[in-house]
Amino acid sequence: MKAVIAVIGKDYVGIIAKVSAVCAECGANIVDISQSVLKEYFTMSMLVDIDGLKMEFTAFVDRMNTLSKEIGMEIHTMHENIFNAMHNI
Amino acid sequence: MISVNNILETIKMIQDEHLDIRAVTMGISLLDCIRADHQELCGQVYDKICRKAEHLVSTCEEIEKEYGIPIINKRVSVTPVSMLCGASGGDPVAIAHALDRAADTVGINFIGGYSALVHKGYTEADRRLIASIPEALSQTQKVCSSVNVATTKAGINMDAVAEMGRIIRQTALLTADRDSIGCAKLVVFANAPEDNPFMAGAFHGIGEPECVINVGVSGPGVVASAVEKAGDCDMTALAEVIKKTAFKITRMGQLVATTASQRLGVPFGIVDVSLAPTPAVGDSVAYILEKMGLEQCGCHGTTAALAMLNDAVKKGGLMASSHVGGLSGAFIPVSEDAGMIAAAQNGTLTLSKLEAMTAVCSVGLDMIVVPGDTSEKILSAISADEIAIGVVNTKTTAVRVIPAIGKQVGEELSFGGLLGSGPVMPVCPLSPAKLVERGGRIPAPIHSLKN
Repeated sequence: MKAVIAVIGKDYVGIIAKVSAVCAECGANIVDISQSVLKEYFTMSMLVDIDGLKMEFTAFVDRMNTLSKEIGMEIHTMHENIFNAMHNI
Repeated sequence: MISVNNILETIKMIQDEHLDIRAVTMGISLLDCIRADHQELCGQVYDKICRKAEHLVSTCEEIEKEYGIPIINKRVSVTPVSMLCGASGGDPVAIAHALDRAADTVGINFIGGYSALVHKGYTEADRRLIASIPEALSQTQKVCSSVNVATTKAGINMDAVAEMGRIIRQTALLTADRDSIGCAKLVVFANAPEDNPFMAGAFHGIGEPECVINVGVSGPGVVASAVEKAGDCDMTALAEVIKKTAFKITRMGQLVATTASQRLGVPFGIVDVSLAPTPAVGDSVAYILEKMGLEQCGCHGTTAALAMLNDAVKKGGLMASSHVGGLSGAFIPVSEDAGMIAAAQNGTLTLSKLEAMTAVCSVGLDMIVVPGDTSEKILSAISADEIAIGVVNTKTTAVRVIPAIGKQVGEELSFGGLLGSGPVMPVCPLSPAKLVERGGRIPAPIHSLKN
């Protein structure tokens, strides 16, 4: 199973490092990253494999929500199925 | 990999455009709770609901978190209660209390099914249940009640229509100290669906399985924003935009429904493809109509715009779900829709315009506040008109009107929460008493004979 981590906010040095550090700590394996900076806005979507998570997925969502506050970026952690359902026929 | 644009679109829909799952409703059959002893029956009802719906709320909360999509209401619908109290002969209000207690225990926000189906006539139990509605709704918090008084197949039971005028008025009087909130939980139906997940009209029909999960989606804000983005296109192009948006919204409902059904070990019933507004600004069906090109909802052109919207929502939703059911269409509950409230306040939206609108969309005269001195005969006649629209057009229509006891046109009732607030709307004061008093049945229309 996979999840999408979307990170949005003002760009600065080290955002990906901070997010991926938490992924590693929780056992979420990064499968793909797509990132862009438009004007000063940073947008990243990360696809992570959650089969090896060291915790429940909901606890991982909580951990990411805490990180969101720590690094001052908007972070959405959602199961990939919602995007597959909505955007693929 | 899912494209970044798609990811951001979904997040924007949820965060800025109020996209949510409006209701996950578990239908539970209570037929096996029937006992000759009334007290024992009530105990069985309480136990069964608590047993079946024990994990409903926690499972929904888990899904909310995993998918990042809010599920606003978790609800239960049950077998029409009139069928239960037929066997025991006891006081139906005791069952209402059992339902209310069970709803509290499992943590849901409404429980529907304090209902009777009397489209062709009454059983003795139906009679007792209907008579007890005002008392039951005034003594409970979460119980919702509905009465089906007509079907296209059976015609209109005008005795029941007359009776419901009295019941609506009594319910308003008994809950007058709480803005007549009892009437917000009471629906008079024509062609009531058996698998409707939306309150106040949800009940678990007799053709339904032991237990089932039905899901109602929402998303007026998402559709409004898509219409706005579409710009100056023609109606064909606009209908396409709405269809595509409805598809996306419904796919999410389907995902939540199948996930919930899997985790709870309960079969998936239907997704109700409805645009259900909330009083939150931006989550309004009226705003969609206005973005389509009306100065204000209720002006000439409203019915045409709504007809297209309703049809496009259904067409888009249909392909997105394996089973579509319930009410499925655009809702126009006045007090629950910021745009409708505004239009009713300045007089653009009238009762007669709403009646015309209900001929082309889902539900009916919904959450409409009328003057407190509106007579029971007028309440019955308002219902009869609306029910006739449903019967002749082979569709569900419902009436949920709230007489604002002690208030007049220009004043307002406020229920709070999703039920919102509504201005008192004028009704024609001339008397339909003679028609209502005739009683009997209006025969089924010719096109009901399809065999």
